[in-house]
Amino acid sequence: MRLIILGATSAIAEATARLYAAEGADILLVGRQTERLSATAADLKMRGAHSAEIAILDLAQTPGGVDEIFRNLVRQLGGADHVLIAYGILGEQADAERDLSIAEEIVRINFNSAAAWCLAAATFLEEQGRGSLIVLGSVAGDRGRRANFVYGAAKAGLAALVEGISHRFADRGPRAVIVKPGPTITPMTEQFDRKGLLWASASQVAAVVRRAADRGGPVVYAPWFWRYIMLIIRAMPARVFNRMNI
Amino acid sequence: MIRFSSSEDIRSWGGVLQARHNVARPQWRDELPEVLAVARHSGSPILATGLRRSYGDTGLNPDGAILDMTALDRAIFFDPDSGILRAEAGVSFDMLLKMLIRRGFFLPVTPGTRFVTLGGAIANDVHGKNHHSAGTLGRWVRRIGLLRSDGLEIELTPQENTGLFGATIGGLGLTGVITWAEIETVRIASAIMDVENIPFENLDEFFQIARQSDGEYEYTVAWVDCLAKGKDLGRGLFTRGNHASKGARLPTKADPKLTIPFNFPSLVLNKLSLGAFNSLYYWKGKRNAGGSKVPIHPFFYPLDSIGHWYRMYGRRGMYQYQSAVPPESERDATKAMLELISAAGEGSFLAVLKTFGDKSSLGMLSFPRPGTTLALDFPNRGSSTLRLMGRLDAIVREAGGRLYPAKDGRMPADMFRAGYPHWQDFAKYIDPAFESHFWRRVGQ
Repeated sequence: MRLIILGATSAIAEATARLYAAEGADILLVGRQTERLSATAADLKMRGAHSAEIAILDLAQTPGGVDEIFRNLVRQLGGADHVLIAYGILGEQADAERDLSIAEEIVRINFNSAAAWCLAAATFLEEQGRGSLIVLGSVAGDRGRRANFVYGAAKAGLAALVEGISHRFADRGPRAVIVKPGPTITPMTEQFDRKGLLWASASQVAAVVRRAADRGGPVVYAPWFWRYIMLIIRAMPARVFNRMNI
Repeated sequence: MIRFSSSEDIRSWGGVLQARHNVARPQWRDELPEVLAVARHSGSPILATGLRRSYGDTGLNPDGAILDMTALDRAIFFDPDSGILRAEAGVSFDMLLKMLIRRGFFLPVTPGTRFVTLGGAIANDVHGKNHHSAGTLGRWVRRIGLLRSDGLEIELTPQENTGLFGATIGGLGLTGVITWAEIETVRIASAIMDVENIPFENLDEFFQIARQSDGEYEYTVAWVDCLAKGKDLGRGLFTRGNHASKGARLPTKADPKLTIPFNFPSLVLNKLSLGAFNSLYYWKGKRNAGGSKVPIHPFFYPLDSIGHWYRMYGRRGMYQYQSAVPPESERDATKAMLELISAAGEGSFLAVLKTFGDKSSLGMLSFPRPGTTLALDFPNRGSSTLRLMGRLDAIVREAGGRLYPAKDGRMPADMFRAGYPHWQDFAKYIDPAFESHFWRRVGQ
């Protein structure tokens, strides 16, 4: 089993990598921060990874050439069975509304750049005729809310893209899945008040991501119950929804 | 950017004390200096915590800042030739065991639960069933990364920085944040234990078996029926074991099979039910006496198979009382304590008796000392429980003994000071920005 993780220092990515490590996988960790990636790689080897290597790359700053860079990553790993795209930023909605360059940055990182890597991976997997593309989306993409709709819009776009790739893959071997976590206890959500019951841990979400790589539909919620919560939220008439403070 | 968020219900394992804390959960070691600076700037006293298996208040810092270290849980390196392991402080013993056992290694010293962090185990200088043969964990620590609140990280070794090293081993987290540590691990041939269970009818028999076992068995411990009276006083079951020389090195999967779903009503625990449990346990043990092969996890961590077992003690929580008394008074003091407890009818399922060996620790506040240790749980029934423990204190003091800070939730300051003569020396090494509820109670 060979796995490439784009954005490997995210808490969910690291927790997922640990599951693969326990299976004895070969893992390539891609991201910007050399020291953090090296620390993660050393740990994954102790947890059973057959190999864990790093590639230093600012995934959001690759103007063109994504396709070629992706193929180099695959060569570095010696092939790839699964590709996990896990990076993103939450950003501050209020700042994004005040300063459009912040909004642009949120969309650029969460959608534009992630979409380019998805497409590069899709082409590779399609040629190979097997393997999985797993992408971290968010329940925030299911319906725009005043609290975070810039981030949500980018994740909605990414979900549509991955669903499209999944459609393109139909009957051709590989799979594409968008995993939509609900609120998860990670550094990204550090500023939130975590009262209430629906917070999941990064390792709970990682278990869903790991399963999604092998089976399940093109859209997978983590944990599963978010599928039903979001079903209700999407079905709500705007008159009702707009009066709610969620 | 790490933030502190307020949490109302941080509790320790015993659950008697529950309080508000500002909690931060760093994910990377390089974030720690900033987190410390933020806490310092806010003027809150700081304490790093792990999985919070300490029973009393050594891991609590009400209204202060807590660094939850459990996300710093990475192994840094392991050398299979020497068995040297370096890991981040927040890694749990459970995780380390998963890494070590399949490579044919084991922790040199482990307490009765594997859900403790490496940093926490060092900060409490934990001991195990092999104290007589291995001493405390501190003896196996080669190097510690200690971050002080001034932002400087120091590498401590037993040879250099001896004062700060000795203060940090068993230093209850007060000397700064332990960020990583390097320990020696030990080789094992299998994940199986050769175990023998021997019933004993009184304390004299216990001491006799203990003395005879310490040379031949790496691990020894006894359960004692703390509610038995009269001629049955001091009866119990002695367990001794060694790592088997043959057998599978299975990756152990041992997640809790049973979880106590809610706090038991206090009615469940009374003189009758506890007495009945203890008698049954004794007779069952007596019937099953003899040798057997046991996997590592149930041998070392019997209670870990029951999630949230503290809930058996009800909503008001429980105290644990663990004493160590020197050899010259061990027999009389242990007998006196058991008499007092069985007469009061307060006591627990799991009273543990063990003889400590004479391997001393560098830790200034390390608990183990040559002699005998007795550990008991007491459901919190308020003043009657406190009164009983006060009377036990008198026996321990008279015997020249001490209580275990990791378990304690109530010892008076003068009892602590009498038991730990180096406490003032230790206090010199405390990081000025660090504090705990325990230290406010006994050290200031």
